Formats: sequence, structure tokens, C-alpha cells
Amino acid sequence: MKHIRAINQKARLIEERYAGAQDSVGPLAERIPFGCSTQLAPGWEVDSGGGTYGLCTPIERDLYDCYHSCYWPAQVPDALTNFADWSRSCGAPVQDWSSIDLVFP
Amino acid sequence: MKFHTTLFHRFESDGVQFAYVTPTAAVVQLDDVTAEIIENFSDPRGAEPGPWLETLEAERQSEVREAFDELAAMGMLQPVGAPTAPPVQSPPMPFPLATLVLNVTNKCNLSCTYCYEYGEDRVSDQKKPDGTPRLPMMTEETACKSVDFLLESSEGRSGVSITFFGGETLLNFNTIRVATEHAVRRGREVGRPVSFSLTTNATLLSDEVIDFLVEHKFGINISIDGNKGDQDRHRTFSSGRGSYEIILPRIRKLLEKNRPQGRPIGARVTLTAGMAPVPETYHHLIDEIGFDSVGFAPVTSAEDREYALDGGHLGTILRDFEVLSSDYVDAALAGKRHGFSNLHDLIQEIHLGINKSHPCGAGLGLLGVSTEGELGLCHRFVESGEHSLGTIDDGIDEKKRREFLDSTHISNKLACHKCFARPHCSGGCYHEAYVRYKDPTAPNLHYCDWIRAWTDLGLRSYATIALGNPDFLVNYESRPVPKLPVVEKNEGI
Repeated sequence: MKHIRAINQKARLIEERYAGAQDSVGPLAERIPFGCSTQLAPGWEVDSGGGTYGLCTPIERDLYDCYHSCYWPAQVPDALTNFADWSRSCGAPVQDWSSIDLVFP
Repeated sequence: MKFHTTLFHRFESDGVQFAYVTPTAAVVQLDDVTAEIIENFSDPRGAEPGPWLETLEAERQSEVREAFDELAAMGMLQPVGAPTAPPVQSPPMPFPLATLVLNVTNKCNLSCTYCYEYGEDRVSDQKKPDGTPRLPMMTEETACKSVDFLLESSEGRSGVSITFFGGETLLNFNTIRVATEHAVRRGREVGRPVSFSLTTNATLLSDEVIDFLVEHKFGINISIDGNKGDQDRHRTFSSGRGSYEIILPRIRKLLEKNRPQGRPIGARVTLTAGMAPVPETYHHLIDEIGFDSVGFAPVTSAEDREYALDGGHLGTILRDFEVLSSDYVDAALAGKRHGFSNLHDLIQEIHLGINKSHPCGAGLGLLGVSTEGELGLCHRFVESGEHSLGTIDDGIDEKKRREFLDSTHISNKLACHKCFARPHCSGGCYHEAYVRYKDPTAPNLHYCDWIRAWTDLGLRSYATIALGNPDFLVNYESRPVPKLPVVEKNEGI
């Protein structure tokens, strides 16, 4: 890294990973968060009772996965191109979920 | 997409800017560009990078973009809405043991007034649930069975360690001797070497004991509070007579015999109200008695004990620690070792980037064993009934262990989620929390400010050494570097 100097060993590990990632994948800003393509995300599944509590990835998280990192058509508004402020009023999904509104493209 | 800064602690050393990044425990040096970006994205509601970039001159934009990417990669910037709490990454279970602490006796020949084992703050029950008294001394058989239990429960470890503890440990020297010889033999047979340590008040260090401890390369910690006045104030025999004059010649003999081949010998000082300044105690123990290192621990007590430390005492201790830390840094810059072990241990954690899910290894890689073979979270929790985690005969109660570790995971300590010092502290000692709040899973909120100030002091000391004598940092690398998990999703590591 040019602007940040890694001092301790943990910082050096992250720096090494960053250097390796730049060679193979491209600029980092496009990869944060990594998005559903790099991991198994169960998407919009619900359990047999229609709930999400027992799922390994809660729905709040999936929502944000798609919102932040997907530029292809997803079932939620996308932050990258069209609805940058969609989640502005929802700081903590667990308590503020009801403040997220519908969008009409 | 809007971004905001994550939790980190900025500090300076010799005019150079640094940051300690809490989600990862990384320590980084910042330049002017990164420092400026941090200022611009510090609002938790976040800011769009685009409009801000457009306000900059064209030639600066690519430089700022580059710095922005680096900050994001280092985990110092993240999109608004991404998780900010520490992730739940529970350790794999059953977790292999690394250390067993054998309470070889619950008797003591001293009657230290502040002792948690015997005083008002005791955790352990003196009697078993059926009303019969507990066995005062661990038998040779129980000790050897404990050794076997450790070797069976440490699959995958290259070595294990046994710590003998008490009461006064050396009151049961015979069991220590038999268990040590058994452990050496069994460790050799299964190809997993066993190392030994013990804590003692030094009253019973006879020539025979010293020779044995030196021969088996024991790591030895001696509980001693400093000069004669401080030692004799609390560390007394039951008659009230002080122990300083008794232990001094024994300690000198141990140090002399141990020096050529043994491991460093440490003094462990319990800090109470009314003691001499810490640097004075340090110099007495290092320069006048000859210890290799000194560690200071504030007394564990309820608030209202006469020896308890209040905020004023803790402030004085912090200032004293600053004096010793400055000496430590001067020594490190000159390439020399310094015996202030609190700072040495803290800097080692900072240098490796240790980021704890739990405050210590209790219940994880370490368990305590009572005189009767009952397993506890650590030596401070054995014989306490409700905190029992099984026995060496029936094995570990994995369900209870799991439940305890889940409830004490840093992700469950909400108060810690906004604290920059949590990689190091992780909520603090379970026993301390039990004594203060009657709940071992509670974070120790009574010393948060102190821990933050102490962590800041450690970071500044570390940065000064890293700038002035980077070659010295190899001294902190005896422990393996923690590996990063394969999938990182802009969360903690």
C-alpha cells in the first residue's frame, strides 16, 4: 500500500492479501462487500413457518447483500446505480426495518 | 454508495500519525491523504465519495481514490449498512486443551488479607453439596490422572503445559513431583512434550524443591508485593507476622540456581491501596532482588474492601505505568530487554494483532482442576459448584462449556461494541466480573476507562519502538501469527 504503512503483523497480512487481490480481481472499491457471488447465500428463502430467524443468513443481511453489491436485476433496489439513498432511514435493520419503503422505478 | 469510517483509535508517536483498527486489530501508519479522508467520512450516517472527489483538483483525485481503496481494504471505511458489530465466529468445538491448572491444595500457610481464595470474595464452596469437607490436598493419583486427561484432550497440539496452583502450591510438593515425572514420561510416549509452571509464595523453597524446579525448567511466578513494608502489610502468616524476611533468602537462592539454565522467573505483585509507587517496587524486585520480570495486577475485590483500589488509586497506577513504560521503550530502542511484563505482554498482543473473541483461555484451551478432580473454568473457579465443567473421570461437560463460551463471546457484550480496546480486553476477567457483578459473563465496566488508557499507552509505546528500532519487534514473535479466515466479508477478522 502506498498511503497506509502496515506496522503490526495483522496489518501486514491484510496488506499482502490486498496486493494479491489487486493482481487478480481489480480495484477493491468494486468488491466491498464481496456480494453473493463469492459465497453461498440462501437468498430469499424462509423456513417452513415462513420465518427467517433460524436461517443461517438472516433476511436483513441478504437484503443488504443485494442492495449494496449487485448491479444485475435483484429483487431489491440497488444502491450502485439507482437508489443510493434507499436505506438511509434504516440504520439498524433489526429495529428500523419498517422505515424502508417501497420504490417505484 | 455511502461510506463511513469504522471503529479505530488514532494516536501519535513522535509526530507520526497511527491508527489501531478495532475490527481487525491492525496497526497502521497514516499519511496526510488518508488522515484527510478519515475526517471526511467520520459521520456515522456516511458520505458519498463521488461528490467529495469532484471538489478536489483533477491531479489529486487519483491519489485520493487510491488512498480510499487502501482504507477500505484495511477495514477502516465501510459502506453504510454493512455490519459494524463484531461477527459471531465461535471457536470450533470440542476445542483441544493446551493448559491444565492443577489446584494441588486449597490450604495456605500464609493468611494474606486480600486473598480471594479465603476472604469475603471467595467463589469456591468449602464444603461439597452433601456437606462433607473438600479434600485439602490433591492425591498423586488424581494429579497423574489429570495429566493423562490433558494429553487425551489436546489432540493436534504440539505441546501442552501444566500449571500447579493453590492455596500454597508447595504445601503439596510430593504430588507436584510425582505428577511432573509422570507427565514427562507420558508426554514422551505420546510425542507431546509437557512444560511446567507454578505460582508460589516462596516460603517453602527448600534446596530440594529448588533443584527439582530448576531441573524440570519450571516457569516460576512468585507472589511478592515489593519491599518489606508492602510485603508484610498484607502477606502475613496467620499470627500476623510478615513473610518478607522468610522468603527473601529463599528467592535469592532460587534465582541464583536457576539463572544458568532455567526459564525467566517473574514476580507477581498484587496492587492494593496504600502501596509504594510502582516504579519503586519494580526497581526493588528487579535491581535489588534480581527477578527477571515483574507483573502488576490490581487486587480483585468488591468495592468496599479497605484494600480496594478506587479511581484515584487507578489513576496513580496508570501514571506509574507510564513511567515504567517509558523506561521499557528506552531499553527496547537500545535493543535491551526490560522486565515490565504487563507492557511486554500488551505489546506482544498488539504486534501480533491478537483480536479476542473471549477475554482469556478459560474454558477454551485452559481448565482448572480441583483437589478432587473436578473441572472448572480456571483455577479461580474450581470447587464452585455451579461453575463446574465436569470431572477428569467423566470428561468435560461440553454442553455447559459451549453455553458458557457462547454467552461470553464478544458479540454478546454490547457495551464493548463501541470500544476501540476490545481486541485486547474483550470484556475482561470472568472472575473479576463474578466478584463485582455476581455474573462471570458480564463485561467489567468498572475499569473500561483504565483499559482504554492502558491500551493507548501500549500502542504509543509500540509505535515508538516500531519507528525507532523495528529489528526489536522480532522479540514479540515467539507466538505463531494468527491465520486469517478464508472468506472475509468486510467484517472483523
